[in-house]
Amino acid sequence: MKKTASLMLMLVLSISLVLSACGVDKKNNNGGSQGGSEPEVVSDESGKDFKIGMVTDVGGVNDRSFNQSAWEALQRLSKETSAETKFLESKGEADMEPNLNNFVREGYSLTWGIGFLFTDAILKVANENPDAKLAVIDAVVDAPNVASVTFAEHEGSFLVGVVAGLMSESKKIGFVGGMEIPVIKRFEAGFVAGVKAANPDANVKVVYTGTFDKPDQGKSAAATLYNDGYDIVFHAAGGTGNGVFNEAIERKKNGEKVWVIGVDKDQSLEFGDEVTLTSMMKGVDAAVHKISKDLIDGNWTSGTQELGLKDDAVGLPETSKKNVPEDVLKKVDEFKAKIISGEIVVPGE
Amino acid sequence: MNQNETVVQLKGITKRFPGLVANDSIDFELKKGQIHALLGENGAGKSTLMNILFGLYQPDEGEIWINGKQTVISGASKAIELGIGMVHQHFKLVQPFTVAENIVLGEEPQKGLTIDYKLANRKVKEISEQYGLKVDPQVRIQDITVGMQQRVEILKTLYRGADIVIFDEPTAVLTVQEIEELLEIIRGLAAEGKSIIIITHKLKEVMALADAVTVIRRGKVVATVDDMADATEEKLAGLMVGRDVSFKVEKQQSNPGDVVLDVRDLTMNGDQGKKVLNGMTFQIRAGEILGIAGVDGNGQSELIYGITGMRKTHGGTVTLNGNDITHLTPREISKSGVGHIPEDRHKHGLVLDFSLSENMILGTYFDERYGRHGFLDFKMMDKTAQELVTEFDVRSSGISTHARALSGGNQQKAIIARELHKNPDLLIAVQPTRGLDIGAIEFVHKRLVEARNQGKAILLISFELDELYALSDRIAVMFEGRLTGEVDAHERDDAKLGLLMTGSGKREG
Amino acid sequence: MEMIKKIFNKSSLLVPLVSILLGLLVGALAMLAGGYDPLLAYGSLFKRVFGSSYHMGETIRAITPLIFTGLAVAFAFRTGLFNIGVEGQFIMGMTGATLIGVLLDLPWYLHGPLAILTGALFGGLWAGLVGYLKAKRGVNEVISSIMLNWTALYLANYIVTKFLLEPGQQKSRNVHESALMSIDWLVQLMDKARMHWGTFVALACVLVFYILLWRTKQGYELRAVGHNPDAALYAGMNVNRTIVKSMFISGVFAGLGGVFEILGVFGNQTVLAASVGYGFDGIAVALLGGNTPIGVLLGAVLFGGLSYGSNGMSFGAGVPSEIVRIVIGSVIFFVAAHGIVKFILKPLKLKRSDKSKEAA
Repeated sequence: MKKTASLMLMLVLSISLVLSACGVDKKNNNGGSQGGSEPEVVSDESGKDFKIGMVTDVGGVNDRSFNQSAWEALQRLSKETSAETKFLESKGEADMEPNLNNFVREGYSLTWGIGFLFTDAILKVANENPDAKLAVIDAVVDAPNVASVTFAEHEGSFLVGVVAGLMSESKKIGFVGGMEIPVIKRFEAGFVAGVKAANPDANVKVVYTGTFDKPDQGKSAAATLYNDGYDIVFHAAGGTGNGVFNEAIERKKNGEKVWVIGVDKDQSLEFGDEVTLTSMMKGVDAAVHKISKDLIDGNWTSGTQELGLKDDAVGLPETSKKNVPEDVLKKVDEFKAKIISGEIVVPGE
Repeated sequence: MNQNETVVQLKGITKRFPGLVANDSIDFELKKGQIHALLGENGAGKSTLMNILFGLYQPDEGEIWINGKQTVISGASKAIELGIGMVHQHFKLVQPFTVAENIVLGEEPQKGLTIDYKLANRKVKEISEQYGLKVDPQVRIQDITVGMQQRVEILKTLYRGADIVIFDEPTAVLTVQEIEELLEIIRGLAAEGKSIIIITHKLKEVMALADAVTVIRRGKVVATVDDMADATEEKLAGLMVGRDVSFKVEKQQSNPGDVVLDVRDLTMNGDQGKKVLNGMTFQIRAGEILGIAGVDGNGQSELIYGITGMRKTHGGTVTLNGNDITHLTPREISKSGVGHIPEDRHKHGLVLDFSLSENMILGTYFDERYGRHGFLDFKMMDKTAQELVTEFDVRSSGISTHARALSGGNQQKAIIARELHKNPDLLIAVQPTRGLDIGAIEFVHKRLVEARNQGKAILLISFELDELYALSDRIAVMFEGRLTGEVDAHERDDAKLGLLMTGSGKREG
Repeated sequence: MEMIKKIFNKSSLLVPLVSILLGLLVGALAMLAGGYDPLLAYGSLFKRVFGSSYHMGETIRAITPLIFTGLAVAFAFRTGLFNIGVEGQFIMGMTGATLIGVLLDLPWYLHGPLAILTGALFGGLWAGLVGYLKAKRGVNEVISSIMLNWTALYLANYIVTKFLLEPGQQKSRNVHESALMSIDWLVQLMDKARMHWGTFVALACVLVFYILLWRTKQGYELRAVGHNPDAALYAGMNVNRTIVKSMFISGVFAGLGGVFEILGVFGNQTVLAASVGYGFDGIAVALLGGNTPIGVLLGAVLFGGLSYGSNGMSFGAGVPSEIVRIVIGSVIFFVAAHGIVKFILKPLKLKRSDKSKEAA
């Protein structure tokens, strides 16, 4: 009896392994440009002696978020310059260090670690391999051979906060965060400041799900907010945020007027204009592309760069026009100018 | 209907297993409407032969003729097609399904894509009335008694149109009353023209039921008796075992000593708040066997659990050699001098996946003899096991054999060896010969009487009246959690016993 | 040593080997179907595992926690319990070690051992709670241990953020050097791979597992309860206490696994976004190993080696991780369902025995 039971269990385990593999969708090596609408890029061959690697965090390369953006940037670079690019996925935190080392020891010109979880691993690998070049997104690593990129998420979040403040009919606006970590706190602080700046009467409710990879929790958090009359929800929760979208899509079908503000990428491309009011774009792809390209062009610099509104590394996508009225966008541009000029200083925590 | 028409004929059937010839050119003949007993000890090859007839094994040599035609029975479905049905010893029923669902399972009447339950229920009712097998088609298997479940098994074969029904040890799991009813049913089937083969080692049933007997010993037919007038129990037993067997247990008048076990007003509450033990009071002295008679389910198991500490009691006292052991743990009670041959040797008596040698220390492993500082002394364990195995003639391929691999009789011998080795003052034996064959029964009985002669107090619980009368010095009758009286163990009076067992004779004795 | 003999007799070695080969074969078909080169992929897998001392070291590092969690699951299984809560006990072990490692500052000969013991105890008590609930309240251990997995995750995060947080970071402060369990000379030897004492402790635990279960009276009780609790009761064993003990010991194994991830690998504890997964992999490892200690060791080597090496397949042959998972899944499937393999091998064996019969 027990033997059969354990055999059954084993079967289920192995089948689920296989199925979970099938469940995740394709487009690994062809991510890159969306569809074939872009003109064919002709490589200038400048990067053919360069090999650039990138290690994802546990989200994997198809996370529809910054891992994917980063990989798309590298693929674009590869087309433009013929540089060789590769990625490795980390199944757990313990994988990050050997994955970085894998690239470094294979003599890669540059190795990216995508996400703040790489802080320790990048530092250790950088110190152990002073000749290697590494770069990291969303974290600050203090080593002479590391380029660190962070974003002024609070500035971009301020602008989508303005949109939400001006467009909410119930004057009740929700924020769904992933884990309560400094990066996400920046989103929250900027967003709340933006809402208040545009509409002092509006009310912002902040919810943290504690995870970046649990759409079901995002869905239930969104459901609670919408039920309580919050009509716009801004999520900064990675994969968990997909659940926020799904909830909104269902409600939209039933005729409710609800909106989601996406994060990191232009999420209207993925979840549709019907529910995506706008997105707080984070220029991960631009940053990865720029720093990698600098290396190829001989302009490599290590150290930390914070990219913000002035660099166009954060902000709203073009597609916002569809749902956000002209006058609101005008207001947004006014605030943007004020932030760049320093007239408004957006709080970062 | 020609009574002399041969329906099954087996000629020279031989079946070999690695290291063993299970059937050695066996000839067997079954006539229409006949009840033919296949008699033999455990492991004699009866079941192998019937599994061949039912298509579960293929013979290495020999021919099978069914209704005058030579056939190859390639599988159970082929056997069913030929009108052969088998009622297995271990029922093959789906517990949460209803009686009717079980009976039609595999051949459900269809109505479109769904099962026509109405038709199924009606068909089942028809068959059960035709053969006098009363069952309610709509109750679930898990809610009916073992005897009822067996009827369902019989109905299953009839539903599939069996004319030849094989019963494999059908009475092993039944109570006294259920056995009587079953024998009636089998007679009824034969009268309806069905041909019956009954595999058994119980002589009483053979004598009561069979028209013919084939006796098998070690894979060979040793005798075929066509006229039951020629047969006696002793003669059949002798053929079966291969030597003369005495049914009478040799024992002298008992010579009781001091009181060893003193049970007073013992009560135990059941799960539904009902008292399963309701003021049991009795004593057993050194050197005597107290038999407890009663219909199964009247608190016998609970009495034993209560005395041995395996279940909590809720009133009364148990005293052993003057010491109160009522609320001690099972280990403390065992250590104070109680041996226990449990009712269910698979559930309680043995860890089937342990070796023989590990099983031999089941209740004494904590003893310093078997290792100090928390470690086991395998040498000592093996030595003890080897001694006991030799002394009690436990047959196995060695003491490192798993208990599972032993025959029922040898398992029981191992348990008895272990419990007697503890040299207890009180030995509790619950149905000590259940499912054993004659040779083993003789052995167990002899050992129990020996223990009594050595001055041990023995509490015997059995549902076999023969056994109770053969062994006991005194017989008490249990009904609904209390003793309803005592009968003389030397003068058998089944009628009086029957009354006490159903609670009618409460005031007597 | 009977055990070892049993494991290494010919047929039992043949079956797993054929199973692995069959699994690789099916994986190769999947890769061919996806348009990838299976030979290159398997070559890359072996290169990643055996190609350099660094990767060999890291493979061992990846195998180590699986030995612990595999043993934990197998031990409980031997006592008839399904400890699906190894995940939570692992996390509690991490947390216990981090607490001691970060908050206390002791000489190394006290600090390390104390951190290890505390983590082991955290894991043991966490599992013991499950055993207690089962023994005293009849709560099914599967349900309670799954719930305690979540509790452990959030409790660990709470402890880290509340008491141990490195300012501005999502992780604890670093464990003091005195509590770390890395083996510096071995780290150097294995080209900076993260080698630590946990590997040796894991191997010792394999031995402890065997001795405890098959050589001691305690183990006799545990096995008796596992095989047949009714007979154990009859034999005068305290079945409930044995259940609690078994869960405790199982949890100690799990906790030790967590301890060495902290003290040996990371040196600090991050706020976990999701469970670490070693506990669930441990179930697979235990089943692969047939719940025997040597089997668990081999199962962990297989499972850990495959999953560490799988990134090599992505790196060397561009095989996407989804197909890599199909490969791993099919290897595990065939090893677990070795009945199928035996079935396939049967005609071969029969032929052989026929021949020997003819010869005789």
